Amino acid sequence: MSDPSRSAAIDAVFRAEWPRIVAHLTGFLGDLHAAEEAAQEAFAIAVQRWERDGVPAQPRAWLVSTARHRAIDRIRRERVLAAKAPLLASQPVTEETMQETIPIADERLELIFTCCHPALAVEAQVALTLRAFAGLSTEEIARAFLVSDETMKRRLSRAKAKIRDSAIPFAIPGPERLPDRLAAVLAIVYLIFNEGYGAGRAELATEALALGFMLCELMPDEPEARGLLALMLLHHSRRAARVREGELVLLADQDRSLYDMSQIAAGRRELQRAIALRGRGAYVLQAAIASLQVDPAPDWSEIAALYAQLAALTGSAVVALNRAVAIAQTGATEAALALVDTLALGDYRYLHSTRAELLLRLGRLEEARTAFERALALSTTEPERRYLARQLDAVSQPV
Amino acid sequence: MKYALLIYPKPGSSDAVSEREADAITAQYMALREEDGFIDGARLQDSHATTTVRVCDGEALTTDGPFAETKEVMAGYYIFEADDLDWALELAARIPAARMGGAVEVRPLVEVRAAYGTGV
Repeated sequence: MSDPSRSAAIDAVFRAEWPRIVAHLTGFLGDLHAAEEAAQEAFAIAVQRWERDGVPAQPRAWLVSTARHRAIDRIRRERVLAAKAPLLASQPVTEETMQETIPIADERLELIFTCCHPALAVEAQVALTLRAFAGLSTEEIARAFLVSDETMKRRLSRAKAKIRDSAIPFAIPGPERLPDRLAAVLAIVYLIFNEGYGAGRAELATEALALGFMLCELMPDEPEARGLLALMLLHHSRRAARVREGELVLLADQDRSLYDMSQIAAGRRELQRAIALRGRGAYVLQAAIASLQVDPAPDWSEIAALYAQLAALTGSAVVALNRAVAIAQTGATEAALALVDTLALGDYRYLHSTRAELLLRLGRLEEARTAFERALALSTTEPERRYLARQLDAVSQPV
Repeated sequence: MKYALLIYPKPGSSDAVSEREADAITAQYMALREEDGFIDGARLQDSHATTTVRVCDGEALTTDGPFAETKEVMAGYYIFEADDLDWALELAARIPAARMGGAVEVRPLVEVRAAYGTGV
């Protein structure tokens, strides 16, 4: 009965259309939860019908009108029509209008600004975004973030209740608010991407890339959106080379034949566009660094200069530490160590592992050993601990 | 939608301000009353003037002082009608206490119509 190619086609429509349809219905119904329910219902009906009759010529219009119809039915049933969607009273949707092609505004940008509103907890922003844009189910999101289904369900429904009850706007922020709000959206996308770096959660990195492409499509002139997409593509291109037999592989030791060259090319294209748009923001700078780092012989002094710009922009001591590492790569070990020793990073473990490596290079073995010990004590992951223990062993051998 | 902006200044944050600064701060509080959507607002007397009431078994028990035993107490509020949360947050950010180490809590009011239903 179920034709595999037809199922695949339905699946493809679902992937492509879910965010648009949820966004459109949110605008129409004024409520994200009701929109998701209606969209889900429409897709459930579609699966039955389309398996039998094939995918219609205009699947989006079909889904939207079915979802609208279902949502209105539901609202009528709940007898709050006037309160929830006053505009419906004047334009009843009937079976006849369902056949028409209705204009469907693209309201995905409005929706992502709602989902990534800073008044929502960060983990709620992430979950809402994955639900609305990646079409992940509550259970799938729960698994990806290692919490129970119940916890994730509560998190999502609390967030949606806050959107409704505190009137978090479904709108693209005005020019004076846009930079901050765009930064919040990009931060959520990058956070999802970085979560995807954890073992077995590769799908999150893929979803973040899809979100990155979507943002560039919707805001083609925003250099930071392009910068973020470039950064993610360039990181992602090295994915297969970053881990070997469960161990992290440092950049210098990575097998370059495992790099995804088409992703590198795509990342560099996006970076060029961002620079052409006069982008010099944090994501553009990080993408420029990532682009240099995939070269067979990276230009470390250029990388150090970019880190200096990034450190000035962000005021981040962690970025300054990365700058020190780049300086050390140019051979200026003393200068790198001097910079490291100015950083107020306290118990940040990479401060101590970096210091240790630099001291080792300078032959100051006693100090190197103390620093390795400190880094080892602060380390939290097994592969890292094994690596540091090996280094500590090497330093402790009598020469 | 109506929002309450509940003001929790940092304890002691106004002790060290000069008379001139205090005047400027007061002017900023007053200016918010001229904003579109302003409905109400007041500065509350300090906690020394506060009495808490509980009714147990029909009997009113009064105690001296605020309900919550924290150092941060609500010192004032505004009620605004605003289009959406973004407007309310923007107004809240203009309240001097928010930048003087204190905080402003933004809470939507429950609409009476919605809460009790109107029998649509």
